[in-house]
Amino acid sequence: MQRWLILGLLGTGLLGVGLAGPATAQVPDSSRAQARDTVVLYGRYNPAVRPAIVILPGPGIDSVRSMFARDLDFSDRFEIIALPDGGAPVAASDSALINYQLYRTLRASLAVELSGESGNVTVRLFDLLNERVRNEMTVPVDGSGVGEARMSVHRMSDDVVGWITGRSGVAATRILYLNRVDARVYRVDSDGYGAVPVTPPGQLVVSPTWSPDGSRLAYTQLGGPGPGVIMLQSIATGTRLTVPTTDQGQNITPAFSPDGRTLMFSRMTEQASNLYAVNVADLCCAERLTAGRFAQNLSPVYSPDGRRVAFVSNRSGSPQIYSMAADGTDQDLLVPYDFGSTGSSYAPDWSPDGTTIVFHREFDGVPQVVSFDLASRVVRQRTSSGRNEDPSFAPDSRHVVFVSNRSGRGQLFVIDLETGRVRQIITPGVARLPSWSRSLTRGR
Amino acid sequence: MQLRSLVLAGLVFAVACGKKKPETTPEPTSGPVAPPPAPAPAPPPPPPADNSAAEAAMRAQLMGSLTAPIHFEYDQDAISSMDAAILDRKAAIMQANPSVRIRIAGNADDRGSDEYNLVLGTKRATAAKRYLEAKGIDGSRVDIISYGEERPLDRGENDAAWAKNRRDEFEVVSGAERLVPPR
Repeated sequence: MQRWLILGLLGTGLLGVGLAGPATAQVPDSSRAQARDTVVLYGRYNPAVRPAIVILPGPGIDSVRSMFARDLDFSDRFEIIALPDGGAPVAASDSALINYQLYRTLRASLAVELSGESGNVTVRLFDLLNERVRNEMTVPVDGSGVGEARMSVHRMSDDVVGWITGRSGVAATRILYLNRVDARVYRVDSDGYGAVPVTPPGQLVVSPTWSPDGSRLAYTQLGGPGPGVIMLQSIATGTRLTVPTTDQGQNITPAFSPDGRTLMFSRMTEQASNLYAVNVADLCCAERLTAGRFAQNLSPVYSPDGRRVAFVSNRSGSPQIYSMAADGTDQDLLVPYDFGSTGSSYAPDWSPDGTTIVFHREFDGVPQVVSFDLASRVVRQRTSSGRNEDPSFAPDSRHVVFVSNRSGRGQLFVIDLETGRVRQIITPGVARLPSWSRSLTRGR
Repeated sequence: MQLRSLVLAGLVFAVACGKKKPETTPEPTSGPVAPPPAPAPAPPPPPPADNSAAEAAMRAQLMGSLTAPIHFEYDQDAISSMDAAILDRKAAIMQANPSVRIRIAGNADDRGSDEYNLVLGTKRATAAKRYLEAKGIDGSRVDIISYGEERPLDRGENDAAWAKNRRDEFEVVSGAERLVPPR
């Protein structure tokens, strides 16, 4: 009953706006797609309503269709309607006609058709209630299912999500993580496929982090060439260089500024651990930002506008989440806690939309992923099963990858903060310390 | 008349003695009659094996004391009294051997935050260094490094494994070619 009500409202809304003209329409973020005929969105996307969508069967490009279906599922923004076992009539690719009536009886409001062949795929989004093609594009998607070809499918999926919701999906992203078994950094596609090692074997590396443009990563290397240097490595070529001044002390927990020009990290010495920033655009100009004596300051993360930094400090006794201006001034406690009873807090990440900090906090010694809303100041525990730590935001500010031992050994899991849905990313070895990239645009 | 008697007596005596002398074998005198015997050589040394085995054993014991690890409670960097005794021994050896330099590597078990464990390792190595400095060892002879949880001795997920991993390791960097025991 409720579903019909929602669909009815949606249909009415769409009709109403359609009649009134596209005055309130939003242009979808599909500028990257080679659109033959792009139709502007009708109406405004309401995130509380999950559109029911059916993915039409068709000949060929099965791998594209199944990857696309998975991407839509993992976006957590749709209700994917399964087709009945008897299948459904296949639409001719040169016809705009599909069996709207049939799909409406499945309670779907949208249908997506993928047709064509690898290298030349046509995507059509059907508005079932208004019985028309809403959006259409033809893209050179590579259906071979390996390496960069998968990213072309993910970018297509992200564009379709953008058509419907006004905001691009995050399928075309990758996650860096550390494999405990061989101490190498790996990267894996956001849907869990294509895990490959990134750093060379035979090193002790920790804390991989993406540069904002996805072209390189930074990480700490222990025990050589210095006690703890920070390396910058190109994703494409594997070329590495040592960040200047990190041959002094042991330098850990690197983080890029949003413009990619500055790298902030913690330098550990006998006296204290303090935050430093280095200009990595020009490879110069290190400066110290915190001046703790006998205190430990580490794990910095920038706000998306680059003006503030959240970090961990034990200056008041137990490690908790603090923030400061990016130049080191105006340092203050960020996430409140009850002295003496609240557990230690570690590993903050800042959502790309600026609204939320995720981190992990110990509850009776067991780490759990926690979110902190900066506007409402509400702290919310997000996990409870097993040990859960080291969260990292996806570019959509709602999905968070973290490490959990709930399945027996450390593995990556993704939680959607809006729906609470959790899925596992199965990787070889034991996964630690993930870092979620920004959207990887064409050519990376 | 007396003089003639003396001469006669002397002659008789000489003849008599002369008759005797050829019958006695002349004794060897201290004069250079024969080459003197060569000076006796030094007493032969005891067999070589025994001494350097003792030296080697002493050196191994001193190196063992220098490199013996110390351990920590969970999330702590305090030195226990048992480990203080181990550090006392290291300090004594380092005082007796002023050219010895060491490096202390701090480690943590894999519980707790991965990144904070790097800091914990630094704190543990620093705690041992401070102890040695308080015993009079110059800080320039002691380097520190942290490996956090990255170099476990035992990858087991149990208390015994974790206890083994919460440690400082001690490595002799230089100056230990010859080691003398502390007085």
